[in-house]
Amino acid sequence: MDKTQLIDRRDALRATGAIVLASLVPLPAAASPEAMTAAMQKILGTATPKPGRIKLDITPLAENGNSVPVTVTVDSPMTQADHVKTIYLFSPENPAPDVVRFHLTPRAGRARVQTSVRLATTQRVQAIAVMSDGSAWSDSAEVIVTLSACLDAG
Amino acid sequence: MRTARIAMPKTARKGDIVEIKTLIIHPMETGFRRDDVGRPVPRDIIGLFTVTYAGTEVFRMDLFPGVAANPFAAFTTIATETGEFVFTWTDDKGVAHVEKMTLTVS
Repeated sequence: MDKTQLIDRRDALRATGAIVLASLVPLPAAASPEAMTAAMQKILGTATPKPGRIKLDITPLAENGNSVPVTVTVDSPMTQADHVKTIYLFSPENPAPDVVRFHLTPRAGRARVQTSVRLATTQRVQAIAVMSDGSAWSDSAEVIVTLSACLDAG
Repeated sequence: MRTARIAMPKTARKGDIVEIKTLIIHPMETGFRRDDVGRPVPRDIIGLFTVTYAGTEVFRMDLFPGVAANPFAAFTTIATETGEFVFTWTDDKGVAHVEKMTLTVS
């Protein structure tokens, strides 16, 4: 067998290997708490959210990360002078740190919203409320996820 | 046409806080997944959900891939006048699904 043929075969194998490897690498860039901090800073600027006034209600143990019910309640009179403008939810370990945003007005009467979120893995979910006076309040909750929101087709 | 469900009272007294629950059937495909043969599954997300009451926006929600499939939302609004609620879900491609409900205020 001549040398060129051997090299060709090796090259072919390498190329095949590269294709297989590429298809195994997940599409999203690795999620990180840093990405979440960056996303939060983009919204808050230099302001630091204070703990209190907002309550994040989420199960501490989620059997299925594909759909985890969340309730966020903010202690606010919801008047023209003092109301919640936006409620943000962030996840440090999902492929993208932004999860959902709720924009409210005094017409809401009450600052309480619900939805269902995906959680890729066990993590500490963050909720932030930005008030009409510009102040920001935060709460977080650790959720243990036994079956993660799948990133593969299933 | 998609299927959407809205739960809200038909009538209310002026000043009451009305709770509204909504759900739309949608896969909320993240764009992060691959199918059985390794091809990326294209992203398909409802990114915006708005609710107007008698022409005024009373609720707006920005959704990201972190929202579960068949997005659910519950929120409140004060009953001010008899009027129409318009619920609009808009996806990445700009396609909107609209539902309408009327609240009678006494």
